[in-house]
Amino acid sequence: MTWTTHDYENIPGTYVFDGKHSYGAYPLNKLLFSFNTEENRTEFDADPAAYCDKFGVEGKYKEFVLKKDFLGMLRAGANIYFMAKMAIPRGTSVQDAGAQFQGITTKEFQAKLLAKGDGLVERLAKRGGYWNG
Amino acid sequence: MAKIIGGVTSSHIPAVGNAIANNLTQEPYWKRFFDGYEPAKAWLQEKKPDVVIVVYNDHGLNFFLDKMPTFALGCADTYHNDDEGWALKPVAPFKGDAAFSWHIAESLVEQKFDICTCQEMKVDHGFVNPIRALYGTHDVWPVTTIPLAVNTVQHPVPTAARCLELGRALRTAVESYPADLNVVIFGTGGLSHQLQGERAGLIDVEFDLECMERIANDPEWMTQFSNSEIMRRAGTEGIETIMWLVMRGALQSNVKVVHKHYHAPISNTGAGVLVLENYL
Repeated sequence: MTWTTHDYENIPGTYVFDGKHSYGAYPLNKLLFSFNTEENRTEFDADPAAYCDKFGVEGKYKEFVLKKDFLGMLRAGANIYFMAKMAIPRGTSVQDAGAQFQGITTKEFQAKLLAKGDGLVERLAKRGGYWNG
Repeated sequence: MAKIIGGVTSSHIPAVGNAIANNLTQEPYWKRFFDGYEPAKAWLQEKKPDVVIVVYNDHGLNFFLDKMPTFALGCADTYHNDDEGWALKPVAPFKGDAAFSWHIAESLVEQKFDICTCQEMKVDHGFVNPIRALYGTHDVWPVTTIPLAVNTVQHPVPTAARCLELGRALRTAVESYPADLNVVIFGTGGLSHQLQGERAGLIDVEFDLECMERIANDPEWMTQFSNSEIMRRAGTEGIETIMWLVMRGALQSNVKVVHKHYHAPISNTGAGVLVLENYL
């Protein structure tokens, strides 16, 4: 099997969700998608390993799910939006996950985000034409 | 005849819906973000469009990866919101206009946009949150809506140039509809953000502001970028900004910029509100 390469593959710390990921992690993403339904969430929580087996989620994919290793899942081809369906109701917000990806605390992650807004009002005033409070 | 009176952009992140649902919009973290919507809300109140076409992407509520249309148009009289996995109470159903949708689909296909038509289409936060932010939350929504979904989730996703062209075809489609309807286009999502990987938390304020200004006055500028280039600058989820170009393409080449609001960060995102009005 020969997969074509893309220039987005060298963006650091980034796993662009494309055909290659989607193909390889199809059972995993199908499992994650199933969490849209309450009864599936309950079934998963009762026996996560059996639930993986039901969806054909095997090997490293199963290991990542059982360990809630979100970076591992992502690298293996989980889609971030689908993964959020597993993470958020189980206490890992998207910002918690972002912090985990970087190996920092959520507070540190949030502080880095907040710093992006430093001097925003002044920058907008300089550019002009923006509503500015 | 139907006419497009303008376009509005909005972020559609889940946190916006949560902030509205939990009455947090006047909390210090959210106040500036939501206050910047007020002029856009006032404009919609004044113009009272009959129909809003909402350009958004589904995040795994209606579409799974088994079938992933690049462009999909709702062609129903009702659209339901549903549980996206975090057990939030769905909002009230949205009223559509099937006959108008089918006209748009016919016109788009005639113009070589071979769009996927959907007679059952669940609408997720990408569709719901801009409407809530711009109209408030209602048991009976005050406007008829038509969902136009763009795949920004699974690559290949359409280019910025293609999205702008789709907008132009959408304008032809709307303006050839015989009913006297005033239509507004919402371009949703963006601006820069990346949720995934070690680069999560990326926001590029300069790029966002440049995008806002260019999309208002020089949308062709965006079409120079490949999707790889947009993701490199604006993050993998920042690719959603291409949907603003569908809105922009549906407007006249010169538009009146009624309102321009930017805030960052909100959740993990740079967020922009544009209100652009056609000269009639």
